[in-house]
Amino acid sequence: MDVNFQFDWSAAFSSIPYLLPGIPWTLLISFGGLAIGFFIGIFFGLLRISPVRWLRWPAIVYIEVFRGTPILVQVLFIFYGLPQLLGGPINALVAGIAAIAVNSGAYISEIVRGGVQSIERGQREASLSLGLSRVQAFRYVIWPQALRRMIPPLGNQGIISIKDTSLFSSSGSVSWYVKGRSISPPPSPR
Amino acid sequence: MTSTQTPIVRMQKLHKHFGSLHVLNDIDMEIVPGEVVVVIGASGSGKSTLIRCINGLEEVQSGSLDVDGNTLLPNGKSSQALQTIRTEVGMVFQQFNLFPHLIVLDIVTLAPMKVRGWSRQDAEETAKRLLERVGIAAQAGRYPSQLSGGQQQRVALARALAMEPRLMLFDDPTSALDPEMIGEVLDAMRELAKEGMTMVIVTHEMGFAREVADRIIFIHKGEIAEQGSPEQLFDAPQHERTQSFLARVLNH
Ligand SMILES: Nc1ncnc2c1ncn2[C@@H]1O[C@H](COP(=O)(O)OP(=O)(O)O)[C@@H](O)[C@H]1O
Ligand SMILES: [Mg+2]
Repeated sequence: MDVNFQFDWSAAFSSIPYLLPGIPWTLLISFGGLAIGFFIGIFFGLLRISPVRWLRWPAIVYIEVFRGTPILVQVLFIFYGLPQLLGGPINALVAGIAAIAVNSGAYISEIVRGGVQSIERGQREASLSLGLSRVQAFRYVIWPQALRRMIPPLGNQGIISIKDTSLFSSSGSVSWYVKGRSISPPPSPR
Repeated sequence: MTSTQTPIVRMQKLHKHFGSLHVLNDIDMEIVPGEVVVVIGASGSGKSTLIRCINGLEEVQSGSLDVDGNTLLPNGKSSQALQTIRTEVGMVFQQFNLFPHLIVLDIVTLAPMKVRGWSRQDAEETAKRLLERVGIAAQAGRYPSQLSGGQQQRVALARALAMEPRLMLFDDPTSALDPEMIGEVLDAMRELAKEGMTMVIVTHEMGFAREVADRIIFIHKGEIAEQGSPEQLFDAPQHERTQSFLARVLNH
C-alpha cells in the first residue's frame, strides 16, 4: 500500500499563534503543581522512610496509587469525579495544578527517599558520635547532601510534569478531551 | 595507670548478636582515665563492634555498660544516657566520614555549636587551635574532597576533639590510608596519648601499638582471649591463638 501522507508544515507554523497564548497557562500549571508537589514529595518521602511503621504505610499507599495509575485517569478523576464528590464545579486551573501536584508529589516522594537513602551510613554515625541528635544529624548532615543528589532526578520530573500539562488544553480546561472523543469513531466491529 | 581509679568504661558480661551471629561473647572490660588501650585481633573478630558499643553505635542484647557514670541498657532502652555518652566520647572512623558538603572549619565547629551551644566565634577559635595542632590549619577553608587521606583523617580527629571528649575511640584509623600518610595520623594520635587522653584504639599497626599502649587486648571470635602490657602480649604471649595471630601479622 502506498503511504500517501504528507505532514503539512504550513499548518504547523500557522498554528503557532494559537498555541502561544497557552504557554503562560502551561507554565502556571506545571510550576504551580511542581512547587506544591515538591512539598508533598518531601512530606511523603520522609514518612516513607520513617522508623515508625504506621507513618510509613499511608505514604506507601499514596505513592503506589499515584505512580501506579495513568496520569490521564488521575486527571479525569480530578476534573469530573471530584466535582461530583464536592457537589460543585471546580476551577479548571486549580484542578490542573492539583493534578500535577498530586502526581509529581508521588514521584518526588520516591526521589526524596532515594536521595536520603543514598547517603552513606557513616555520615549518620559520625554525626551521632559527635552528640548530634537524630534530628540534628538529619537536618545538618544528611538532608543537605541528599538534596544535592536529588537535583538531577527533580529536573527530570519537572520536564515530565511540564509535558503532562498537555493533558489540559491551552485554555486551561480539558474540553479538548471531550471534543476529541466526540469526533473519534466508535470501535469498529471485527 | 593505677587500679584504684574509678573506671571511665566498665563492661560486664556483654553479649552482642547480629541475627544468629554471636559477635561479642561475655566481654568484661574496664578502662581507667588516662589509659591507652589497643585492641588487636583478626579481621571479623569483633574489634569494631566492641568499640562501637562504647558509644552506642551498636546495641547490645545483654550485659551492662557504664561510660563515665552513664548506664547504657541493652536493646537501646536509654536514649538520655546515650546522648550524654556521645557528647563525652569522640570517635575516629576508618573511612573518615567527614561531611563532604561542609568546609573543614564548619565540619569542626558543627557539633560544638549545635550540641554544646557555643557561639560561632568560640567554636571557630577552638577549631582553629585544633587544626593548628594537627597541622592542617591552612586547609580550614577547603572541602574534604580537596584533601589527602591523611589530612582528612586529621580533620576527623580535630572534629572529635572539638567536643572536648573525655574518651576517644579509634576504629582502625589508618587502614584506609596510603602508606606514606599513615605516619602523620599516628603522630597526631601519639601526641594525644602523651597529653593524657584516654584512648581505645583498634589498629593493625603493631609497632605503634607497642609504643603507645598501656594495655593490649587480643580479641578472638568475639571473646577477649588475652590481655596485658605490650611486653607481656608481644614478647611472651600465653595463648596459642595470640601466638599464631602475632606470628601472622608480625612476619610481614
Ligand atoms: N551491621 C552488621 N550486620 C551483620 N553483621 C555484622 C555487622 N557488622 C559486623 N558484622 C559481623 O560481625 C563480625 C565482627 O565484625 P567487626 O566488629 O567489624 O570485626 P573487626 O572489626 O574485628 O574486623 C563480622 O563477622 C562481621 O561480618
Ligand atoms: Mg573493623
